[in-house]
Formats: sequence, C-alpha cells, structure tokens
Amino acid sequence: MESIGLLVFVFVLAIFLGMELIAKVPSQLHTPLMSGSNAISGISVVGAIIAAGQGEGLVMTILGTTAVALAMINVVGGYLVTDRMLGMFKHKKTEKQS
Amino acid sequence: MNAEPLIPYLYIAASVLFIFGLKMLSKAASARRGNLVSSVGMLIAIVATLLYSGMDYQWIVVGAIIGSIIGAAAARMVKMTAMPEMVGLFNGFGGLASLLVGWAEYHKMTGQAGDGDLFTLIAIAATVLIGGVTFTGSMIAYAKLAEKMETKPILFKGQQIMNASVLALALAASMALCLIAPSAPLAYPVFGVIVLTALVLGVLATIPIGGADMPVVIALLNSYSGLAACAAGFVIMNNVLIVAGALVGASGLILTGIMCRAMNRSLTNVMFAGVGATASAAVSFEGEAKTTSVQDAYLMLESASSVVFVPGYGMAVAQAQHVVRELGDLLEANGCDVKYCVHPVAGRMPGHMNVLLAEADVPYEQLVEPQDVNPLISNVDVAVVIGANDVVNPAAREKGTALYGMPIIDVDKARVCIVLKRSLKAGFAGVDNPLFFSPNTRMLLGDAKASIAAVVAEFKD
Repeated sequence: MESIGLLVFVFVLAIFLGMELIAKVPSQLHTPLMSGSNAISGISVVGAIIAAGQGEGLVMTILGTTAVALAMINVVGGYLVTDRMLGMFKHKKTEKQS
Repeated sequence: MNAEPLIPYLYIAASVLFIFGLKMLSKAASARRGNLVSSVGMLIAIVATLLYSGMDYQWIVVGAIIGSIIGAAAARMVKMTAMPEMVGLFNGFGGLASLLVGWAEYHKMTGQAGDGDLFTLIAIAATVLIGGVTFTGSMIAYAKLAEKMETKPILFKGQQIMNASVLALALAASMALCLIAPSAPLAYPVFGVIVLTALVLGVLATIPIGGADMPVVIALLNSYSGLAACAAGFVIMNNVLIVAGALVGASGLILTGIMCRAMNRSLTNVMFAGVGATASAAVSFEGEAKTTSVQDAYLMLESASSVVFVPGYGMAVAQAQHVVRELGDLLEANGCDVKYCVHPVAGRMPGHMNVLLAEADVPYEQLVEPQDVNPLISNVDVAVVIGANDVVNPAAREKGTALYGMPIIDVDKARVCIVLKRSLKAGFAGVDNPLFFSPNTRMLLGDAKASIAAVVAEFKD
C-alpha cells in the first residue's frame, strides 16, 4: 500500500500528536479518557476484518473471525461504557453554564 | 463499482475524527461529544475496510455481531464500581485481537515460498509480543481489580531473574523469527515460542504489582494495546491502524506519567518493586486511636461551616457514594461549604472516585484536587475520610516509609478529621497510618455506607 518510510514518518508524527493532545487533562476525566482511548485501540478490528475477509484457508478465517469478535467487544464495549460514564458528569446548574 | 480508491481518504477522515475525539475528551464540556466523534471515526474506518475488493463478508459479519452483542451487553450491565475491571477486560481483548492479526499474517506467510519481508517479520514479532503482554497483563489486572485473586503484590525469590530470562527468550525467539524463512519447518515452533513467552511475560509483569498501583498499570496496559494495534498496522501496512494505535500509545504513556507523578514514584519503581517489599520496617507508628459515635459525628458536622469529603477505594467497596452525596446535600442546606477532594490515585483506576461521585450526581464543580485543598486545609472544620488510607497518610512525609514522597491530602491539618473505616488495619501499602492516632482525628469504625446513612438519619430527625 504505502512505502515503509512514509508509514514510519506517520507513526512518529502520530506519537508526538498523541502526547500533545492530552498533556493537560483534569483528573476527573482520567477514567473517561482512558476508556475512550481504549475503545480507539480496538482499531485492530481493521486488521482483523482484512484477515477474516481475505483469509485463505480455515486457519486464517478462524484467526480473523476471532480477532473481529474480540476487537468489536473492545470497540463497542469501550465506546458505550465511556458514553455511560460521561453521561453521569453533570453541571450543578446546567442552564447557567455554557 | 470499485470503491477501493476511496479507502485512503476515508482512513484520513477516520484519523482526523480520532484526533478531534481525543482532544474533546480531554475537556469536561466536550468530553461526551468527543467520544461520539471518535466512535464515528471508528465506524468510518470499519466501513472503509469493507470496501477492499475480494472480501468475503460472511465471517466478518459473524465475528462483528458476536463481538458487538457481548460488548454492548457488558457495557450496559456493568456496575459503576466495577468499571476499572471492565476497562481492563476490554483492553485485554483489544491486545489479543492484535496478536491474532499478527498470527493470521504470519500464517499466510508460512504458506508462501521465499524468505519473507524482514520489515514485516519484525512488525509481526512486535505485534505478537506487545499484544500477548497486553492480553495476559490485562487479565491479571482484571482478576486483581475484581478481587478474583490476591491483590497484594505476589513476590518470590529470583523473580527478577526469571522475568529477565523470559524476556530474553522472547527477544531471542523474535530475532530468530526474523532470520528464518516463514516456510521453513522450524518457523512455526519459533512463532509459538514468541506467543507463549509473551503471554507468560504479561502475567509475570503484572503479579508483583499491588492493588494500590493499579491505576498506573491500567494506564500503561492501555498504552500497550495502542502500540500493539500500531505494530499490527505495520504488519499489514495500514495507515489508520498506525495513526490510531500511536495516538492511544502516546496518550496512554502520558496518563501513566500523570499517575506516577501523583504517587511520586518512577515507572520503573512501580513496575519492578512491589510496594512494601522495598520499605524498611524500621519506621512504625503507635498511639491510641480515638473512636467516635454517629451522634458525635453528627454534632461535629452539624456545627461545621466547611466540610471536605475525601473518598477512597473503601467508598467504592461500600457503595457509599449515594449516601455521601445525600449527606453533602444536607450539609449544604445547613449553610456549610462542601467539597469533595479526590486524590488522583484514589481507587483502582485513574479518576475512579470522580466517576463514582458523578454517578451519585455530585456536580463536578464540587470535585476538587489536593493542590487546591491543601493550602486552605487549616480552615476546614471537618475533613471526612471515607475509606481512603494511603492518600491521606502523613507517613508519606516521613523518610524511610514506603509512601515517602507521595503527595497526600493533608487532612490531619484540618480542625477535625473523621475517618470512616472498617478496622484499624494498614492500607494497601502496608504502612501504618499515624493519622489515626492524631489528636484531632476521630475514628468512626464500621461499614462506611451504614455509618453515613446513620448520620443522615440524625440530620433528618
């Protein structure tokens, strides 16, 4: 797909970006941030889909399908749990704020 | 129609949404929308991947449906107090998924002639190693958080040597994997060794870590699962995997750093030295703890004009967050200034107490951090410590104790400190707490929920 050099370049930039993005986080958001980014790490579902969908032979199909299921648990569960948690954070007087 | 040329652009869109999502997640006002934005990014990434030509959807759909149902059910049913172990569990599954992606790719290579691309082989080894460590490490963290196993550090003789040799074996096997052609008969056994050593390493690395250090470990494992996805991205040369994985890996490391600073310990100290194991037993504190009754506690609170609640893991265990909020509301109605001071590492997960108090409808303006409370603590009439121990332990100011140097909430400097606790035992770190013997401390022994409910009942009379 792409050259190795370009991918490494993207990787390094993304690492720096990730560090910059959340350098200052109030502690009350630590849990949602962690579980929200945990859901993003379910991105391996993309690799799993490719393995399950383009897999030749039984072994690859089994590995791929299992990986899709596991990654989807991570993705769906992660996003829903984060949403549930954040839904509980409330302002005292919502109408006065914002 | 061939939609394949669209894929790179959809991947870029997904990456941008992940970045925005993370950014918004780090601000209270936009956090919930941020999570939604990031989930739309994930949806786009998944749909884009389905556009690859020659895809057989049958098994993808089966896997996706099974995974979604399990994930949704787990997320819906989990109690807020069980949140840390649920996040640990999800995290482990993500790591295992990355491992399996690496495995599937390697399996494909074993069927092909030739030496195999060196870069891909290195990436596969990295994926399997990090993914395996993430998986079993998260499972142990899950078991410890759910108290399905001993939460104290598990230490044995020669542990460091054993860990080092397993790591060395894993690295040696990884190197061998890169040198052997995947089609060679020896290739699969070598791959098996990497998988096994990675799984064992995850267990070994997590068992010596005590319950109180779990916030650090969970944050670190979260980072690993991102890095595993990232490595899998290099295996299949997929940029969205690399970007998303790197973002999670980097942000996880930052969060790990924040947790370590909150305990004034280095990461290596958390990882390699079980708390208590390194402490000298020379420093011990003795004295007489003064107990109090529900009636006395009520009288103290009733006449107070400022109260700070300091929750800890004990509040989660007792499920006391709702009665605590009720008491807080009654105190406010009584003209008292009420704050909830949350230590960053209180509980078993970063921000654990904030989540519980939010569940109980405590507005987050009332949640404050130790550095905001400590300078004003001498003006606080009553500090109520609910099931917290190490984070309020003044022994952290004494050299030679296991807690030395950890920033604490200075509740011992409040005019009165009421400590709700089941017994006078030491906290997770195994260090005696001189706070209990301090002249202005009153111990209210018993179940935190029952004690507070009794105080609330007094107020209502």
